[in-house]
Formats: sequence, structure tokens, C-alpha cells
Amino acid sequence: MAAAKHTIVALVADRPGVLNRMASLFRRRGFNIDSIAVGHSETPHLSRMTIVAEGTTTQVEQIRKQVEKIIDVIRVQDITSQDIVTRELALIKVKATAENRSEIMQIVDIFRAKIVDVSAGSVMVEATGDEEKVDSLYNLLKPFGIMEMTRTGRIAMPRGDQVNRRTDVESEK
Amino acid sequence: MKQTGSEILCESLLKEGVEVIFGYPGGQVLPLYHTLTDYPKLRHILVRHEQGAVHAADAYARVTGKVGVCLATSGPGATNLVTGLANAYIDSIPMVAITGQVPMAMIGRDAFQEADITGITLPITKHNYLVTDVNDLARTIKEAFYIAGTGRPGPVLIDLPRDIQQAAAEFHYPSKVHLPGYKPTRAGNQLQVKKAVKLIGEASKPVIIAGHGVRISGAYKELRQLAETTNIPVITTLLGISSFPETHELSLGMLGMHGLACANMAVTDSDLIIAIGMRFDDRATGKISAFAPSAKVVHIDIDPAEVGKNVKVDVPIVGDVRTVLLELNKEIAPGDHSDWLSRINGWKKEYPSGVEIRESDTILPQYVIRKIWEKTQGQATIVTGVGQHQMFAALHYYYDKPNSFITSGGLGTMGFELPAAFGAQVGLPGEPVWCIAGDGSIQMTIQELGTIRQENAPVKIAILNNGFLGMVRQWQELFYDHNYSATPLWCPDFIKISDGYSIPARNVTCKAEVEAAIEQAAATDGPFILNFIIEPEENVYPMVPPGAGINNILHEPKKEAC
Ligand SMILES: Cc1ncc(C[n+]2csc(CCOP(=O)(O)OP(=O)(O)O)c2C)c(N)n1
Repeated sequence: MAAAKHTIVALVADRPGVLNRMASLFRRRGFNIDSIAVGHSETPHLSRMTIVAEGTTTQVEQIRKQVEKIIDVIRVQDITSQDIVTRELALIKVKATAENRSEIMQIVDIFRAKIVDVSAGSVMVEATGDEEKVDSLYNLLKPFGIMEMTRTGRIAMPRGDQVNRRTDVESEK
Repeated sequence: MKQTGSEILCESLLKEGVEVIFGYPGGQVLPLYHTLTDYPKLRHILVRHEQGAVHAADAYARVTGKVGVCLATSGPGATNLVTGLANAYIDSIPMVAITGQVPMAMIGRDAFQEADITGITLPITKHNYLVTDVNDLARTIKEAFYIAGTGRPGPVLIDLPRDIQQAAAEFHYPSKVHLPGYKPTRAGNQLQVKKAVKLIGEASKPVIIAGHGVRISGAYKELRQLAETTNIPVITTLLGISSFPETHELSLGMLGMHGLACANMAVTDSDLIIAIGMRFDDRATGKISAFAPSAKVVHIDIDPAEVGKNVKVDVPIVGDVRTVLLELNKEIAPGDHSDWLSRINGWKKEYPSGVEIRESDTILPQYVIRKIWEKTQGQATIVTGVGQHQMFAALHYYYDKPNSFITSGGLGTMGFELPAAFGAQVGLPGEPVWCIAGDGSIQMTIQELGTIRQENAPVKIAILNNGFLGMVRQWQELFYDHNYSATPLWCPDFIKISDGYSIPARNVTCKAEVEAAIEQAAATDGPFILNFIIEPEENVYPMVPPGAGINNILHEPKKEAC
């Protein structure tokens, strides 16, 4: 079976150390995490994590079951094969001169990205989209000289009425 | 009325039915130790090293089925628990470890005796807590005991800063836990049970492999009923030993690296494996690709993550072993597998290694174990260290009493035997407990003789003294060209050591003395140490070379007649 990138979403208790538990489990089981993004969910005291990791379906199912055993993890799903929306946010600081600034702006426009800061020698671009879009934008900006880039990693959600939440969990102290 | 954190802890332990705490004091648990004397119902046993406390709590839990409790101070006290926690984690032992921590304001500043024990123990505990508010303490303890003792059991650590021990709060012990992320399954899926029944009915060469889960869930009767109704032979893993009476005609003993040939051959040749509360550890399966190539697998385990982890499973049943077996037994039809059983009996006769003991003028370790079995009639609780002596104890004693073989199966922790034998004895007052020790292994925690003496625990200690780190020497002999690198081991005079601890002891240097010595130890009130000077280069057979399939068995070579 071929290894592929999997998108795993987990609903977790908002307690100290949960991210550490998650990351440590992946490391211990020999899995490399491509990205991990975490923030508040719709329910107070619960956070939602999106983890991207590479492995075969069987390997990922095994790690999912192990993750499920973490006491602070309420629900975890591999949503790779579902119809999902994925996004990431990137900030890219590019070298810019008076001459090439408008060329940069054109590229940014095409990608429906935004310029969020301008200085004498640089512009900062904010981009959201799936990874491929951010990658392409990055590649086009590269010739100008990338000074700094930061990316959030993937966040993901299934389309439609489906939800990844536990209705019996209203709030968790 | 408000109570201090220390009082809340003690009250909570009483609510959990705790009777014994194995521990060692220090600066950051002083408030707790100060409070402990107000709670005489909580018997605190002072060990000689925190590793002793955690192994003792571990074995206490194994023999009683209760949650074992150990207590240590911060920093070095806490880190001394690490080996024992890892041991309890891999063997699924219910345990709550309480550690002192530096006061909250000093956490994260590399304060004196500060160690991030929750960080350190993250991968070797089922769960752990750093309590930062005394108002959370009672709930935390409730949760810790619940998590440790339910589902697949395991150790839970509670790190308790000194100021939390001193701070005050109202004591309310919660009656329920609220852990939305933790819902262990108990009952097996009915449909899966039916599928299993069908497969069992169709199989012509089935075997049962019974593991530790049978013992953890106390499913001795149910396992026996399943085996006897269906007439299917029972093989155990190392930790499954004593889940099924070994003198029973359906018992084939242990499988795996040092398993009996008939067990390994039966598994390899089988067309159905009913795996019950076992996790297909590589020491049991050997090379996975050669493991039971034509068998279908029914796997009963409480931990869904174990199903399909190491071998492909046809019918997974996730649930408590006893609950599932009760269901299964309701549906199961009587079976007859006499052809299959007579084939297996053929193997039993053909390959007696691991059962028969050869003639020898010297003291063979197998012989010592066999004599202890004869003396105790298979009714003692046997606790071992790790090494050859562990395997001899597994192979040459016949465990008829449920739950009577206590060993470090998953981690293979040398030094386990002495504190564990003590902990088992605390859990089984008045019952015979024998510690089968290696001369190397026992020296890792030998100071626990002090605890045994102080508590006057009547543990009988049999050191199988070969002057080697025997199991490693065996590998060097067989696979490393006899290069005995760092395995000859100088031993102290164990009689003088025993004398220093005021424990009666005796050397046993010739075969004729073995029985009388065992008799003397058994007849002595209180602890007794037997130092058996055994054949130094005896090997454990049968043996499957590392990395080979389990049907690739090395048998005991025939000694040339002289
Ligand atoms: C803490 C620890 N260190 C090292 C080992 C590796 N090891 C496994 S068996 C063994 C030799 C045990 O020697 P001894 O206790 O004398 O028992 P014997 O094999 O001679 O019966 C060693 C060193 C281990 N299992 N545990």
C-alpha cells in the first residue's frame, strides 16, 4: 500500500500539554508530522486540531487508534477520503524595489492574495488557500527574493452538514 | 470545613479503598508525610529505593487486582520511578504514582530537585497530571484511579507541588468522573461474536492463545469453559502463564522465543487462532511473515489499538475479555478435535526439550525450579527477575493456581523480582511467595532486602547463581562466537549480605541438598534466602533464534556420553 498524506482532525480538551501529548505520540510511533494546526473550536474548552502526516492507510489507522487513547482527545477522524475544504494561511515577505513592486502586485492579484505591509525594500503578502496555491505563489515570488515566510499548516473541514463534534459534550472544564 | 491538599489526598485514597502505599519521603512531599501519620488506615511501607516502591506497587496490583499506589518526592525521587512506570505501562498494570513537586512559583526555574516528571513520563503513563489548583485535587485523584483501573489498565501519575499539598479547599469527593474523551468498551459486538462462533465451528486445527488480558479481567473460568467445550488446546504468552491450569490436558504451555515446540508448531500449523487478551508481541510471534501462515485470526482485546497492530485479524472483538467470553460461551457448540490433539501430542513426545530435565551431577536451574514446584504443588506465587532464570521458571514450574506467575514481560526489567516479590507478599499475606532471582538481576535492587526485613515479609528467595549475566551469555555463546564480553559477573557472598540484613540464608552447592534446602526455606517463618550455585553455562531451550519464525526451533543439544 502506498504512503500518502493524510488529514486527521481531532477534537481535544483545552488542557495544558495536549499538543505535547499528540506530537509526542506521533514521534514515538515513528510518524513524521507535516503540519499541525490548533485553535479554539465552536465549544468552549475544546480545541480542534488538524494534523497532516504521511503513511499508508493501515499505518494511519493505527496511529489514529493510538491518538484516540489519549485521555484528552475526544474524537479523532481521518478525513482524507472525504470531500473536504482545506486551507492554510501564509505570510511572505518579498524584496521589492520601486521598479518591480507593481509586477509583484500583479502576481499577488492573480492569486487573490493581499499585500498587508509595504516598506522601502520589501512587501509583505498574505495568502490563503490550499497548499498548492500557496506553493505556486511562493514559486512566482521567489525570483524577487524571499526574505521570510511563515505558514500555518493545513486546517480542514468536511463539506456539507457533516460535523466532527460530540453533541454530548457541551463544555468541558 | 476546609482541608489541606495533603488531607484531601489521604481522604481520597481512603475513598478509593487504598490500604497500602509504597513510598520514600523527601523535601517536596514532607507536608504529605506529615499528614500520613494521621491516617493509620493508610499503611505506608518505606522501601529502600523508589524503583522498589513502583515495582512493589506493580506486583501488589497484579496479585490483588486493585490499583497499586506508590509515592516519591520530586526530582530524583520521581525519576527513580521511571523504569517501574515504563514496566507497568507496557504490562498494563493499574497504578497511581504520586510525586511531590517544587512549589508552583518555582516550577520551570530549575529549582533544587525539580524535574519535569509529567513531561518525562508522558510516553510511559496512561495519563498524567500536574495539579496546579488544590480545588482540582479530589477530582484529579478520582479520575486517576478511574483511568488506571478501567479499560486497558495502566499507570497514572499525579505530580503535586508542595504548596498544593499545603493549600486548603473544601473536600468533596466526586461520585462520578466526567471524561468525554475516555469511554472504554466492555461488551463485544454481537455480530462479531457470531462471526467468531462460526469460524470456531468450521476450524479443524484451532488453537487458543491466552494472554495477560485473561488474568487482568479474571476470566479463568470462562477461558476454561471455552477450551473444554470446544476441545481446543490452550497456549499462553509469557504473561498469559497461569491464566489456564498447566497440568490440564489441553494446556500446551508457552509459545514464542523460549516457548515449547508443541506450542510453536501448533500455532504455525493451525487454521484458526483465537487470541484472547494478548498483543502479538514479537517475542511471542517470532518473524511475523512466518507466523501461522494459514490461520484465520479471532482477536479479543479491550484495546482497539491492539487489533490489527501486528498481525492481520479476521474477526476483531473489542471488549473486556471476561465479558466477551461469557457471550461467546453462550453460543459456542461442543467440538471434537481429537485428530488435531493427537498430532500435537505427537510433537509433545517428539520434542521434550523445555519439559524433560537431563541427568546431571551439578545443580541444574531447571531442577531447582522443578523441586520448588513439587514442594509448593503449583500453588505458590512465583515472582521472577529477567534472564534465564525467568524462562526456567516459566517452563519448569507448572502453574495451576490462577494468576500465580508474576514477571516483567513487556519491558524485561532486571531487578524486578525482589521488590515485586515483596509487593506480591503484601497483597497475599499468609500465602507462599517465591522469588526466583538471577544473581545479576537481584543485585540491581538487592537493597530491598531491607524492606523485606523491616516488614518481616515471608518471601522465599531462590537465587539461581551462575556467575554470569546468563541470558546475555547464552546469546554470546550462540550468536556472537562465544565472546563473553562483560557477562562474567563477580558476586558478593550472598550469605554475608543476608546476614547483614538479618535474613537467614544458605548456600546450596550440591544436588543432594536441593530438596532439603527448599524444605528448610518453606518451613522457616519469615524470609529466607537460598543461594543455588548452579551449572554456570546452562542454556535455555528450546529457543527460536532472534528474527526467525517460531517453528525454527533450536532444541537442547544431546550431551555426549562420557
Ligand atoms: C535493567 C536491565 N538491564 C539489562 C538487561 C539486559 N539483560 C537481559 S537478561 C540479562 C542477564 C541477566 O542475568 P542474571 O540476572 O544473572 O540472570 P540469568 O540470565 O543468569 O538467569 C541482561 C543483562 C535487562 N533486561 N534489564
